[in-house]
Amino acid sequence: MSHAFRSHSVLPGFNLALGFTLLYLSLIVLVPLSALFFKTATLGWSGFFDVATNDRVLASLRVTFLTSLAAAVINAFFGLIVAWVLVRYSFPGKRILDALVDLPFALPTAVAGITLATLYAPHGWIGQYFAEQGIKVAYTPLGIIVALTFIGLPFVVRTVQPVLEDVEAGVEEAAASLGAGRWDVFRRVIFPAIYPALLTGFSLAFARAIGEYGSVIFIAGNMPYISEIAPLLIVAKLEQYDYAGATAIAVIMLLISFALLLGINALQWWTSRRGVR
Amino acid sequence: MSITIENINKHFGTYKALDNINLEVNSGELIALLGPSGCGKTSLLRIIGGLELADSGKLLFHGEDVEARDARERNVGFVFQHYALFRHMTVFENVAFGLRVKPKKERHPDAEIKRRVHELLNLVQLDWLANRYPSQLSGGQRQRIALARALAVEPKILLLDEPFGALDAQVRKELRRWLRRLHDELHITSIFVTHDQEEALEVADRVVVMNRGKIEQIGTPDEVYAAPATPFVYQFIGNVNLFHSRDHAPWTQQHGDAVAYVRPHDIDISRTPQDDTALPVEVKLVRAIGSIVRVEVAADNSCELIEIELSRERFDVAPLVNGDHVFIRPRQFRVFGEGVKSELSAA
Amino acid sequence: MANTTKIATHESKAVTLTFITVALTYLVLFLGLPLFAVFYQALSKGWGLYWAALQEPDAWSAIKLTFIAAAIAVPANLVFGIAAAWAIAKFEFKGKSLLITLIDLPFAVSPVVSGLVYVLLFGAQGWFGPWLQAHDIKLIFAVPGIVLATIFVTFPFIARELIPLMQSQGKEEEEAAVSLGASGWQTFRRVTLPNIKWGLLYGVILCNARAMGEFGAVSVVSGHIRGMTNTMPLHVEILYNEYNFVAAFAVASLLALLAVVTLMVKSLVEWQASGEILHHGA
Repeated sequence: MSHAFRSHSVLPGFNLALGFTLLYLSLIVLVPLSALFFKTATLGWSGFFDVATNDRVLASLRVTFLTSLAAAVINAFFGLIVAWVLVRYSFPGKRILDALVDLPFALPTAVAGITLATLYAPHGWIGQYFAEQGIKVAYTPLGIIVALTFIGLPFVVRTVQPVLEDVEAGVEEAAASLGAGRWDVFRRVIFPAIYPALLTGFSLAFARAIGEYGSVIFIAGNMPYISEIAPLLIVAKLEQYDYAGATAIAVIMLLISFALLLGINALQWWTSRRGVR
Repeated sequence: MSITIENINKHFGTYKALDNINLEVNSGELIALLGPSGCGKTSLLRIIGGLELADSGKLLFHGEDVEARDARERNVGFVFQHYALFRHMTVFENVAFGLRVKPKKERHPDAEIKRRVHELLNLVQLDWLANRYPSQLSGGQRQRIALARALAVEPKILLLDEPFGALDAQVRKELRRWLRRLHDELHITSIFVTHDQEEALEVADRVVVMNRGKIEQIGTPDEVYAAPATPFVYQFIGNVNLFHSRDHAPWTQQHGDAVAYVRPHDIDISRTPQDDTALPVEVKLVRAIGSIVRVEVAADNSCELIEIELSRERFDVAPLVNGDHVFIRPRQFRVFGEGVKSELSAA
Repeated sequence: MANTTKIATHESKAVTLTFITVALTYLVLFLGLPLFAVFYQALSKGWGLYWAALQEPDAWSAIKLTFIAAAIAVPANLVFGIAAAWAIAKFEFKGKSLLITLIDLPFAVSPVVSGLVYVLLFGAQGWFGPWLQAHDIKLIFAVPGIVLATIFVTFPFIARELIPLMQSQGKEEEEAAVSLGASGWQTFRRVTLPNIKWGLLYGVILCNARAMGEFGAVSVVSGHIRGMTNTMPLHVEILYNEYNFVAAFAVASLLALLAVVTLMVKSLVEWQASGEILHHGA
């Protein structure tokens, strides 16, 4: 018996299942994605560098990055509160509210986009109150943050919620019996337990926001250098048949998201090594 | 059906799970594979059941090589450690499963399946639970259903992986007696894996003691207890005192590094030296536990405690208290050690 | 029951009330209000205009195309999800964690980029572009491209629902089935499938919602040909950009309805599954 690749099992279908999995994965995902890198290679280093350092491209990346970060921070803060309220308290309508949290997963982004744009327009239901204060939300980077907050909302809630449910009451009671106040218990006992999940939720919301397109373009105003996101620039380049340029921006975005995910994984690995679970 | 295991080896990566195993199981026997966790006993069971493949070696059922037969063709009933009951099926459907998945031409009609299942449920005394789901049963009930399910396909061999491992003490005791009675009734060649020596000694016809992928001893419960073949068996089954010949065991009459193994109930205590090899000791602790009295003593030049068990009658004849100075001498012992190939036992 | 032992581990009433208020406001402002606004806007000029907008031929063809794309993408990813989860959860082999990472890859890719890769492959200037043109096959700016892009963005949904579920269930039940004489197919159908049915349904629902609602990826490969290659989300965009708000929100309301139904079925499945664990879980 050779054990080079897999160990024996009495269950059948391994070759068929894995074979199909690899074939399908290659055809649908791997080969198409590799096209991205081959296409970029046709630009050459200097061509790639030119696209990457183009002012408009840099501006769009900056807008994308900063608005995504802001939205993820907002979601981390409020998401934690929502998760806390959904796990710890009971009040009428809680189940409906709990189900509603997943709305951004289920609602098509285009629908979210036109709705948020309408709500936050200067004469919209919400936008009018901001307009009174002289603040424009829709058609500015602020509008982008609103859209990205919407689509990233479930991530933090859904990653923190199960972990918070698992925090044993006994641990809290022990801490309280040792004289810790409520805030101390949260800071020293509960928060360390949910911190990795919070970080995961934050990074998922962040990564999702960076790639988001549908909900943003309606509310962003899409002014070059100010409220133009990177994915939109890709579409714009495509419409001008500048495939290489579009691809270069796509590759930069991919690299940024991978670097992000890697960095956050490393951070998580580091925090778990310190024994914070 | 007899089972013959010849030179079976199994690696997991670089870890040697089974090292040249040879074993003969007679038809109708109930065998215990006994050893600490990681000794390879479960791997051996899974290889016999066809759930795992050996790297090399031979496996014969009734003289016939079954290596090429996969699990579903071996006609082996397997009872899993955590029972592996089908959680979405009722107890009845669990037991009926093996009958229902038979090829069409071998399959019994529904009425016959129903009769057989109820017969089996009666055998394990749980017919009244037929419509429950596994999650609604206690651990002991699940265990018996798992057994009924395995018996439904009329296996020629029954394999049980830690059958009582997950049960509490009282249920354990009850179930293992029940298993023994069931085996005496059905006479299916059976092998069960356990890490509990009491379980193995009480239930099995023969015990196979395993350690680190090797068989240490094969014998009846009495043999492995009374005449352990290796130091490991001595220590794993029952309590034992170790006497280093160099330090305080002149009666071993050995030279070099040797160790004498003595059971706690094989030691005599006396106020006066039995002979010139008797060991002077001081009594450190006396404790009566039910029908026996446990005495802990230490040699004058050592702080290592030696455990001695006396029957209550014997203790009452000559009671001891802490601080008494007495002499001990083993009635029976065994010496293992470097440079000592022969194993001696004193008369 | 307000018993004294719990006071030590509970917040004061004021804090509790503040938290609930903050959470409620946040959720209502960001989720409840937009959802309500979709239907409000769609019906703002009355039912007559609403129905008219939905019966318009271009809207109809967009609805049809959306269903076609989902009807192909969801079953394809379902078969893949089961195969991948079977291989990953029930067997030990090298490179397993790499495979899991690769399956998640489409989630890390911007929808726009997902569309872009297919344009690079099958577009007029793409790798296979000349060959496809020579054989008069049109994938990009046509229905097949839309289906492919939809499959790509919904690729991981069912697999990542099933993999952890099947891993946590282990393989003892399947081994038991095999040792009782069941064939591979019997084992899968009678033991594995009933155990994963709720997870499977859950994955299918989410996969379907995304398949019908995908915008970015589909937008890049569609070409926006009205009545031909427009899906519902794309049709919403066109109508909105033409300032035909009532029609845009009318079509959007269908998608929002789909979302609401999705959430309801999802809650139902979660409720069922947790009941299953309580009553039948081993």
